[in-house]
Amino acid sequence: MTTTLYDKIWDAHRIDIEGGESLLYIDLHLLHEIATPQAFAGLRAAGRPVHRPDRTLAVADHNVPTEGQARGSSRIADPEARLQIETLEANVVEFGVEMFAMGDARAGIVHVIGPEQGRSLPGMTIVCGDSHTSTHGAFGALAHGIGTSEVEHVLATQTLRQRKSRNMLVTFTGALGAGVTAKDMALALIGRIGTAGGTGSVIEYAGEAVRALSMEARMTLCNMTIEAGARAGLVAPDDSTFAYLKGRPSSPNGADWDAAVAYWRTLRTDPGATFDDYVEIDAASIPPMLTWGTSPEDVVAVTGRVPDPAMIADLAKRAGAERALAYMDLAPGQGILGTPIDRVFIGSCTNSRIEDLRAAAEIVRGRHVSLRVGAMVVPGSGLVRAQAEAEGLDRVFIDAGFSWREPGCSMCLGMNPDRLAPGERCASTSNRNFEGRQGRGGRTHLMSPAMAAAAAIAGEIVDAREFG
Amino acid sequence: MQAFTTVRGIAVPMPVANIDTDQIVPKQFLKTISREGLGAGLFYDSRFDGEGKPIAGFILDRAPYDKATILVAGDNFGCGSSREHAPWALLDFGIRAMISTSFADIFNNNSINNGLLPVVLPEPEVAVLMLAAQAGAEITVDLERCTVTAPPGLVFGFEIDPPVRAKLLAGLDAIDESLMHATEIDAIEGKLARAMPWLPKA
Repeated sequence: MTTTLYDKIWDAHRIDIEGGESLLYIDLHLLHEIATPQAFAGLRAAGRPVHRPDRTLAVADHNVPTEGQARGSSRIADPEARLQIETLEANVVEFGVEMFAMGDARAGIVHVIGPEQGRSLPGMTIVCGDSHTSTHGAFGALAHGIGTSEVEHVLATQTLRQRKSRNMLVTFTGALGAGVTAKDMALALIGRIGTAGGTGSVIEYAGEAVRALSMEARMTLCNMTIEAGARAGLVAPDDSTFAYLKGRPSSPNGADWDAAVAYWRTLRTDPGATFDDYVEIDAASIPPMLTWGTSPEDVVAVTGRVPDPAMIADLAKRAGAERALAYMDLAPGQGILGTPIDRVFIGSCTNSRIEDLRAAAEIVRGRHVSLRVGAMVVPGSGLVRAQAEAEGLDRVFIDAGFSWREPGCSMCLGMNPDRLAPGERCASTSNRNFEGRQGRGGRTHLMSPAMAAAAAIAGEIVDAREFG
Repeated sequence: MQAFTTVRGIAVPMPVANIDTDQIVPKQFLKTISREGLGAGLFYDSRFDGEGKPIAGFILDRAPYDKATILVAGDNFGCGSSREHAPWALLDFGIRAMISTSFADIFNNNSINNGLLPVVLPEPEVAVLMLAAQAGAEITVDLERCTVTAPPGLVFGFEIDPPVRAKLLAGLDAIDESLMHATEIDAIEGKLARAMPWLPKA
C-alpha cells in the first residue's frame, strides 16, 4: 500500500484504542513557561510523575526580557513574568526535567533551540504547548502545538489522544525569483487557502522550490503552517536535512548516524500515494509579499494595492475588510508601497535564525535606519546571537541604529516589555498580525527579514529587491 | 473536567469570522500560573480601554448577553495561538457551548478538554441561530440528543465524534482513561526505541 510521509509517522507512533481514536506516542515534548504551570499543578495534585523526563526539555522564552538575561530570572522586573519563569524553574527541578536556564547560550525560542541542538530529528513526533511547534516539521518530524490539558496528558502518559488528520499536499513548482523567500511562499499559500484552509489537515510541502530551500527556510515555511489552519507541516528529509543535523549536540553520531540516515531516507511519501487535498503554486509567480490587514490571510504583493471593500460582494467579507482597513488606518484600494513605518521587529520563531539575520544585515550594511523608525533585532537563541556576533552582524545592525537584543519571543507577542504603542505601525518578521498582537492598538505588517530591514532604512514599506 | 449534558440559555452573537485567541484573551492574561479568574480577561481589549476603564456597549457587557451561556460565532473561531486560557476565560465568564461553521483545531481540542462544547453546523443554520441570538432568544444545546433548538420550534441536529461525546457527557479524566492503556504504551515505547535507537533514553 502506498502511504504518505504523515501516514508513515502516524502509523509508527499510534496505539488504536476504543471508539476509533488513537493514542499517539510522543518522542519529544518541549516546555515553556506559559503553557505549563497548570499542567504541572495537575500532575502534582494527582501524584503523577513525568513519564519520560529524558524526552522532555524546558526553556523560558515568551516572557523573558531581551536585556540583562545574565542577571537571572530573580531580577526580572515584571513580577508576574518572574513568578511564571520561577515556577517553571521549580517544576523542572521537582519533576526531573532538563531546562536551559535564562542566560545559558543554548536558551532561546523553543522552536529555534530544538533544531539547533539536534533534538528535533526526522521521523519523530514532537509537541509543545505552542502553536508554532509546526516549525519542527521542516525535519520530517510530525510536530504540532497543544494546549495545557494536553501538555499534562503528554507529561503523564507520553501520548496524545487523537484522531488522524487529513493529508494535504502543497506543491511549490519551479524556482523562487531573486529576493523572494520562504516567508513569501508561506504568505502566498495563506493568501490562497485562507487561515482556515488547512483546518483538520497535516500539510506536506513538496516541489522543486521546497527542495531548494535551506533547512532554516523550511522551518520558516513549516512555522507559518498553523496560520493556514493546519496544525502540522512536513518536509520529507533529504541531504540538506542530514547536512544540517550532522554534528549537532544531540544528533546521532558514529554508527548511530549511519543507521539514522538510512532510516530517515525511508521517510518520504510513496510514489502514487494520494492526498485528500492538493494545492499547487508556481514559485516563480510569487512576489515579495506582506500583510495589509489583521489576519495572516490578508496578504498583498509589495507592488500591489489593499482591497477596496466596495468591490467585495460577500457582505461578511466586506465588513471584515472594512474593519481591518480601519484598524490598520489604510485607505480602500491604496497602494501598499510607501506606507510609513514606525517600528521594525526582526525576530520570532518564524525569522530569527542566522540566515534571517544575514539577509537583513545584507540590506542594512552601510546604511542607517530612518530617523522616524525604532528598530530592533532579537536573535532566536543565545547561539544564534553568538554566531551573528562572530560574523560581525551585531556591528552592522548597531551601526545602522538597530537595537541588538538577547533572545526570546519578544515583540512577536509583546508579553515582555517589547511592544508597540497604540497606533504604531510595525514591519515585522513574526507570524501574526492580529489586532493588538504586538501591543494594544499596534499595527503589524508581516514580511520577510529583507523586506523588514529595507523598511527600517526607508522608513516606509519598500520593495527590498530595489535595495541591492 | 465538568460534564456536559444540556445547556439552555441566552446566546451571544459574534458574527465575525476568524476571531483569534489573542482577541478572546490577550497576552497580559497569559502570565497567570492558575486556571482561575480568566473571565476578567475575556475579550479584554474590546471591553476595556488602555487605562482599564470599561468601554460602554460591548455585547458581553449588555443585558441579556452578560448572562450568556452560549456563543454563536463566525467561521474559524479560536484560530491562532494554542493558549488554553481562551477556553478557560470563556468558561469562567459562563459560556458552556459554542456554535460556528468551524473551529480552529487546537482551540477545538482545548475546549473539549475543559467541557466547553464546540458545535459545528452548516452556514445557513448558523445564520438562523445568529439571528435568534441577536433577538435575545433562549437556545438549547443538548449533547444527549445532539440537537440545537431555538424558538419558534427550530431543531438542528449536529454531529460529534462519538468518543468525544461520551467523554463530555461523563466528564471523564482523559489521563486516567489513557493510563488504562499503560501496557500498550510500554509496548510502542519499546518498538520505537528499537526503530530509533539514537533517541535519548534515561
